[in-house]
Amino acid sequence: MSEIMSRPIPAPAVNLETKPFFDAAAEDRFLIKRCNACGEAHWYPRTICPICHSDDTVWEESPGEGVIYTYSVMYRSPTGPYAIGYVTLNEGPSMMTNFVDVAPDGLKIGMRVKVKFQPTEGGPPVPVFAPI
Amino acid sequence: MSIKGKAYLAGVYEHPTRDAPDKTTAQLHAESARGALADAGLTFDDVDGYFCAGGVAGFGAMSMVDYMGMKNVRHMDTTETGGSSYIVHLHHAAQAIAAGKCSVALITLAGRPRNGGGRPGGGGGGRPPVGLTDGAPEQGFESIYGGSTHNTYGMCAMRHMYEYGTTSEQLAWIKVAASHHAQWNEHAFLKSVVTVEDVLNSRMIADPLHLLDCCVVTDGGGAVIVTSPEVARSLKRPLVRLIGAGEAPKLQMGGKGLDLTTSGAVWSGPAAFAEAGVTPADIKYASIYDSFTITVLMQIEDLGFCKKGEGGKFVADGNLISGVGKLPFNTDGGGLCNNHPTNRGGITKIIEAVRQLRGEAHPKVQVANCDLAIAHGTGGSLGVRHGAATAIMERES
Repeated sequence: MSEIMSRPIPAPAVNLETKPFFDAAAEDRFLIKRCNACGEAHWYPRTICPICHSDDTVWEESPGEGVIYTYSVMYRSPTGPYAIGYVTLNEGPSMMTNFVDVAPDGLKIGMRVKVKFQPTEGGPPVPVFAPI
Repeated sequence: MSIKGKAYLAGVYEHPTRDAPDKTTAQLHAESARGALADAGLTFDDVDGYFCAGGVAGFGAMSMVDYMGMKNVRHMDTTETGGSSYIVHLHHAAQAIAAGKCSVALITLAGRPRNGGGRPGGGGGGRPPVGLTDGAPEQGFESIYGGSTHNTYGMCAMRHMYEYGTTSEQLAWIKVAASHHAQWNEHAFLKSVVTVEDVLNSRMIADPLHLLDCCVVTDGGGAVIVTSPEVARSLKRPLVRLIGAGEAPKLQMGGKGLDLTTSGAVWSGPAAFAEAGVTPADIKYASIYDSFTITVLMQIEDLGFCKKGEGGKFVADGNLISGVGKLPFNTDGGGLCNNHPTNRGGITKIIEAVRQLRGEAHPKVQVANCDLAIAHGTGGSLGVRHGAATAIMERES
């Protein structure tokens, strides 16, 4: 139970709205979208704010820090156990991710985590989170 | 009842683009919706009914309602008849409005066949944007993380335990109750009665859910006939009538205030109970979707059979076993033991409720004087985005 979890990640689907996010990820920068009209950050990134529906949304660089909202360690996996979960970012929104650099019994709700980028198979890197 | 004069067309918008190399299909849906709402003098928050055809990206209406952040949608329809879909939707929207199921219905169409992202309209021809896709808007941020039903429901159970102190023993009681019922069902996939210890000792699948917290995987099918009172009375079968129904998607809406311990039953349930004019205390038998034990527990809370957070205590000690507890549930053995045909359990939930109301359930699990039943389902995943649906049925004497 003490081995460090990792999981091969397939290439993400990139579209016109999310290309800037994945371009930045390739440079190790974590971007989120924020709305100038209502001031709220949201996840996953969209052109039109899902909270107030303004199209005045802008990219913002984030330190990618937050706390674990919940998680589940998946044991039914040919590549070994891996952890899926949600992080609530300091900016507010919660996002789905994998937790890495941690053993299956090393996770707790409320634990502080920080983003890092994991290479994918034939696509841009994607955000995963590790305990701080 | 006719739709004549019951519904008005208050807003329309034709997107000005004829070639959209710079926008996603989801964006075209949202921009079109904004245009029609502005034309009507309404906002996204006014929309409580949403209609789109099957070609929409992702998880149909749910992906689009989520993308557009329409938090008050309580009625959805994705009927697909090709190019005529939107006229069908107009008809269905009028029916829904006439029946009081929604009051502001939004119908959208979008696609980019000139740019390879042609949904609907196929991907043939046009210029595919190099390296870019135009599928479900959430695709690049979810499926890559290895989410399955097991671990996304596992995340709900984990959070429910954290917030309310729910235990694996309490969840196990749900499987135990289902197994007590399944032993009498000759067709059940799993007929053995199990104990709390059996569940806890089964192997961990997706923490904190064990193998026996999960439903069965089965081939199969089912069908339901719904008819008018006149036809029903001309037949030789007991009279079972629908008296209330509700539905609602529950989505992430931009990730603000994520809450994985609550399901869409908090909206679909009260709508169904209000229409039926009954309360949870009146229900004699409950078909409750049981993809996992946690699914049952959350829905029982959200439907109002107990207070939020007290589901663990409520389901323990056999309270869901017919003849033993206060809320006999899934007396066919449910998805947990009997059947979960093609990973869609909604239809078997209706079927067992009808058997109970007719008095045709197995004698060992038949609820005495069963004249009022509920069937409730969750589709998608409680841990990502889902659609909740509630139906209340009664036996007419």
